[in-house]
Amino acid sequence: MCACLPGAREYRRSVRKNQALNDHFHWFLDFLHHVHGITEMFGRSLVLSFIKPFYLRDTIEQMYHIGVKSLSIVLMTSIFTGLVLALQFGHEMSVYGAKMYTSSVLIVSLVRELGPVIISLVVAGRVGAGITAELGSMAVTEQIDAMRALGTNPYKKLAATRFLALSIMLPLLVAIGDFCGMLGGWIVSVTTLGISTDYYWSNAIHYLFFSDIFAGLLKPFIFAMAIASISCYHGFSVTGGTKGVGEATTRSVVVSSILIFILDFLITKVTLGAV
Amino acid sequence: MENYKIIFQDIYKSFGDKAVLQGLNLSIRRGETLVILGRSGCGKSVSLKILLGLLYPDRGKVYLDGEEITGMSEKKLVEVRKKIGMLFQGSALFDSLTVGENVAFALAEHSNRTADEIAEIVDNNLKFVEMEGTVNLMPSELSGGMKKRVALARAMAYQPEILLYDEPTTGLDPITATTINALIRKTQREYGVTSIVVTHELDSGFSVADRAAVMESGRILEIGTIAEIKGSTNEFVRTFIAGAK
Repeated sequence: MCACLPGAREYRRSVRKNQALNDHFHWFLDFLHHVHGITEMFGRSLVLSFIKPFYLRDTIEQMYHIGVKSLSIVLMTSIFTGLVLALQFGHEMSVYGAKMYTSSVLIVSLVRELGPVIISLVVAGRVGAGITAELGSMAVTEQIDAMRALGTNPYKKLAATRFLALSIMLPLLVAIGDFCGMLGGWIVSVTTLGISTDYYWSNAIHYLFFSDIFAGLLKPFIFAMAIASISCYHGFSVTGGTKGVGEATTRSVVVSSILIFILDFLITKVTLGAV
Repeated sequence: MENYKIIFQDIYKSFGDKAVLQGLNLSIRRGETLVILGRSGCGKSVSLKILLGLLYPDRGKVYLDGEEITGMSEKKLVEVRKKIGMLFQGSALFDSLTVGENVAFALAEHSNRTADEIAEIVDNNLKFVEMEGTVNLMPSELSGGMKKRVALARAMAYQPEILLYDEPTTGLDPITATTINALIRKTQREYGVTSIVVTHELDSGFSVADRAAVMESGRILEIGTIAEIKGSTNEFVRTFIAGAK
């Protein structure tokens, strides 16, 4: 009898259609949910960084974990990037008889582009994964709930301190990494390409403008805020025990890496347009 | 209403499609220890988290000392939480801090006490739970029962008016469970706090209860003294008591 009611068939069809649409766009709704969560975490961390209480001790502790403890991997990555770049540029440019310009090309590409991106990717892997895993473990063992129950805002104590520490330390790591990359380039230039030390450094300084250094340090500052927001968001929203922690950590590194490339393109577009 | 410290009024809470609380009505008297008994997943722990403001109900109101706390801002809830201490199911000790730092956490965060005063309170609280000499140990060095005792010392640090115990004896051996139950009674006796204990362990619950309530499918089926619960005519309550034995 019910099926004979006027409009019943249309109603059922529309329900089925809505269900199909829901299934089809589930991934999209999920994506929007994560974008909202990450944006909210960014806003919250940014605002809370400037509101009392300032957890100075926790922030310094995080700066040590994020910055000092990442130094060795950053130094290794940067030196070898410089070595390989000098070999590649030297080889290609010697074909056109422009080997002498190797240092200028190497240093500008290192400072503007490769240094910030490679070091940020390394930090996203090392530090971002660590933050998500640590906060995720705290979430599944109810430590974050316990912190709220004891009257402390976990977003302030855990997220804002990491956000601030990463935003300070990543540009510093990139600056140190850039210098180490230049050293790597210098080693190959002097030993393999036959470029003198004086020429290498004077050429580098001549072709390196303030705008290059500015863009090269602006990028890691923005990447740092993105890495911190993504890794804290994924850490706080872990469910499902240790398996959930593992999944969230992987997702955090993947999303951070993709966002670094997208942001890199946008910042390069804006900074080059401004020159 | 004046006799009651806490009132849950018609509370509903769902997670996605799963309805956890479906019209929870419960009043807790000042200074009593009320034990909420029920199967795993019936909504006991969710009720405690709603009282603490860690979760928000979809519908209904919670009153503390006659004041409605549902819908309060996070800032106002901080003041409410200072009145409440909670012992979490897995203890939830901060694993990057020592035992002493765990117990001192709330005091260091919210009070103007000096380091010496805080250290004295930490020592006293650890002594109360019979955990002297563990100040510098890390939570990973403690057994399950020791963690529960430290968690109780931490929950009591701010001298709360209310103590919430989420499955305080689950996973513990019978001797340690008896020690924890004795501590719950001692806390109630010496500090006169209002306590809510949620558990699915009948013997443990009855050993600390002034009154008991049986919960199923997100609502209270029966509430009363231990004798009244044992003599209940409700079919589920009878099955639950018989099953637990």
